[in-house]
Amino acid sequence: MSPIIKRKGERFTLPSKYLLFILTVLCSVAMLLTFGTDLFNGPFNTVAGYVVLPFQEGISEAGSWLANRSEELVQIRQLLEENERLQEQVAKLTSENTILQQERYELTRLQELMELKEKYSQYDTVGARIISRDSSNWYSNFTVNKGYEDGIAADMNVMADGGLVGRVTSVGPNWAKVTAIISDNSNVSGAVMPSGVTLMVSGDLMLMRDGVIRFGQLLDSENEVEPGGKVVTSSISDKYLSDILIGYIDSVTLDANNLTKSGTITPVVDFEHLEEVLIITQLKQSVNEEDALD
Amino acid sequence: MLRKIITAVLILFCFILQTTVFRSLDFGGIIPNLMVILTSSFGFMRGEREGLLIGFFCGLLCDIFSGDMLGFYAMVLMYLGFLNGKFNQIFYPEDIKLPLALIVVSDFTYGIVCYVLLFLLRGKFDFLSYVAGIILPEAIYTIVVTFVLYPIVLKINERLEAREKRSAQIFV
Repeated sequence: MSPIIKRKGERFTLPSKYLLFILTVLCSVAMLLTFGTDLFNGPFNTVAGYVVLPFQEGISEAGSWLANRSEELVQIRQLLEENERLQEQVAKLTSENTILQQERYELTRLQELMELKEKYSQYDTVGARIISRDSSNWYSNFTVNKGYEDGIAADMNVMADGGLVGRVTSVGPNWAKVTAIISDNSNVSGAVMPSGVTLMVSGDLMLMRDGVIRFGQLLDSENEVEPGGKVVTSSISDKYLSDILIGYIDSVTLDANNLTKSGTITPVVDFEHLEEVLIITQLKQSVNEEDALD
Repeated sequence: MLRKIITAVLILFCFILQTTVFRSLDFGGIIPNLMVILTSSFGFMRGEREGLLIGFFCGLLCDIFSGDMLGFYAMVLMYLGFLNGKFNQIFYPEDIKLPLALIVVSDFTYGIVCYVLLFLLRGKFDFLSYVAGIILPEAIYTIVVTFVLYPIVLKINERLEAREKRSAQIFV
C-alpha cells in the first residue's frame, strides 16, 4: 500500500501531513506572486474574484446590513429630534441658498477670470461607504462598497473631511480595499506648504493610537519647517495626486545624522470615526512602462 | 456535506462579526481574533486535518480583504490549526481549561508570528511595546469572547457529531 494514499473504506484521503505540505507550497507561491507585484490587482484578482465572488457579495451585503441595523437602533431617537430641527433649518437654508447661488455664480465667473480655480474641485469624486475594517490589529485597511463596476480602479486616491485618507489597493466587482495613510505599511511623499520642501509620511502602528503619523527624510537646512506647518501630497508622488491636504506638523526633531529631520503630523482626517469617503476617480498621470513599449 | 455548509457559514459569520460589529465594539482600537478561536477550536475538536483546512480558509478570507499579500494569514492560521489538532487526543468536551489555554497560546503565537514577519523584518525592534500595545490586549479580548463563542462552537460540533453517528448507524 502506498504511504501517501491511505485507504479508508472506499474513499481515498490524503494524510494531513501531505495536505499541510501542499497548502504550504501553495501559500508560499501565492505570497511570492503577490508580494511587491500588481498580480493580485491584475489577472490574478479576476481569478480570485470569481472564486470568492459569492463570499464577497454575501459579506458586503450582510456587513452593511448589520452596520445599518446597529446604527439605526442608536440613531432613531436622535433622528426624530434632529428631523424637527432640520425642517426649520431647511426653510431657512433654502432662502439662504438662493442668495448663495447667485454669489457662487459670480465667484466662478471671477475665478475663471483670474484663472484661480480651486484644486480639489477639479477632481471628480465618487462617494463610498465603509463596510468593513481590517480583520487584524496590525494594519488599517478597510473595505468600501464601490468596486470596478462603479468605475473604481486600484491606486485611486481616497479623501474624507477635506484630507487624504489613503488609496485603493485592490478592487473587486462591488468592493474596493483601501489602505489608509496611517497604516504601518503606507508611505506617502508629502510637501510642507509654503516652502515646498518634501518629506516622507509613513504610518506607524504605535503612533496611530496617539492620533498622529510619523514623517521623516525632511531636508530642511534653513529651518523653515515649524510645528503647525501645512503638509500636502507632493507632486513627485507616483500614486497620489498633488496638493491634497494630509495634516499639520505636530513636532519636528533633528535626526541623528544631523542632515534630515523627522517628527509627527496630526492628520486632518478623523480615522477613528470614518464612515463615508470620497474616491477621486482620476488617477495620477504616470509613465506607463507598457505604453512606453508600445 | 451538512458539516461543510455549517462550517462555511460559521467562518463567514465570524468574519463578518470581526470586521463590522467588533470594529465598533473595539477597546482602544483592538478587536478580538475570532478566526483564531474558530481555527484552534476546530483543530482540537476535530483533529489536524480539519484544523488546518479551516485555518487555511479563515486565513484566505483575511488575506483577500485585508492582507498585503495573498497567502500570509492563510499559512499562519493553517499551521495554528494543524498544531492544535495535535491536542485532539487529550481533548474532552467537558474540560474547559485545555481549550482556553490552547486558544490563548494560539492567539499569542499568532500575534508574535505576525509581529516577527510583518514588523521585525522591517526594522521595528520595539518588541515589548508591540506586546503591551497589541498582542496582549488582543489575547485578553479574545479570551473574553471565547467564553461566549466557544460553547456555541462546541454545541454545534456535538450536534453534528451526533447526527453523523446516527446516519452511520443507519447504513450499517
